[in-house]
Amino acid sequence: MSLKSPLRSVTYLGSAKGGSGHWYAQRVTAVALVLLGLWFVVSLAALGGASHENVVAWLSSPVAAAFAVLLVLTAAWHALLGLQVVIEDYVGDKGTRMAVLLVVKFALAVAAVIGVIAVLRIAFGVAA
Amino acid sequence: MAQRARPLSPFLHYRWQYTNTLSILHRVTGVLLSLGFALLVYWLAAAAAGADSYATARDALASPLAQLVLFGTAFSFCYHLLNGVRHLFFDLGHGFELQTARKSGWAVAIGAVVLGLIVWLVVRAGLGGGA
Repeated sequence: MSLKSPLRSVTYLGSAKGGSGHWYAQRVTAVALVLLGLWFVVSLAALGGASHENVVAWLSSPVAAAFAVLLVLTAAWHALLGLQVVIEDYVGDKGTRMAVLLVVKFALAVAAVIGVIAVLRIAFGVAA
Repeated sequence: MAQRARPLSPFLHYRWQYTNTLSILHRVTGVLLSLGFALLVYWLAAAAAGADSYATARDALASPLAQLVLFGTAFSFCYHLLNGVRHLFFDLGHGFELQTARKSGWAVAIGAVVLGLIVWLVVRAGLGGGA
């Protein structure tokens, strides 16, 4: 027997979709971002001037690069979940809503991948 | 026959309270932070592209408009972080008493302005100073 409410199998009626997974993922990424966000600000403060040299030296460390990649991915995911809720609340028309959601999802995916590649490029010593 | 009043959606008849503003600000700062995320990616990409691109990005970020955006991002970051933790406690069932919720709300608002200024100054000093 499934523990899931039968409501979940009803489509287009209230919370019959995957709401709890969305809600939970938003919280998990939130907790991760508290840690990653604080790490990022403290790292910036410790950089002693964000010159190109300093930034490259900082992200050349595997630990810093790993945290930076996690920051980019987690922030993109959390932003996606949050923006989705805002869009679903304020964009009434179904077609427009779907279009806006698609644009936001694509934009965040592109930004996240660029961010990850940028960090890895520095971490692997390709950045001049 | 007197017309019976129809029920209204909550937002049409709830009295405004500053806690409403705190709540909507969480959304506003969240949306602003999504734009701040674009800024972070731009900065990382510029650093990865090399010293020349990075110098260009650094000049762009030094403009008054960019500084305003950075301040908005720094404030949003601090507000969203502090209020986010407040909401995580709500999710766990703590801090719902009116007195507590109002106090934590004030703490978030004041903390966000103070910490936002500090973070902005840190970012500003970092981008401006050093060779």
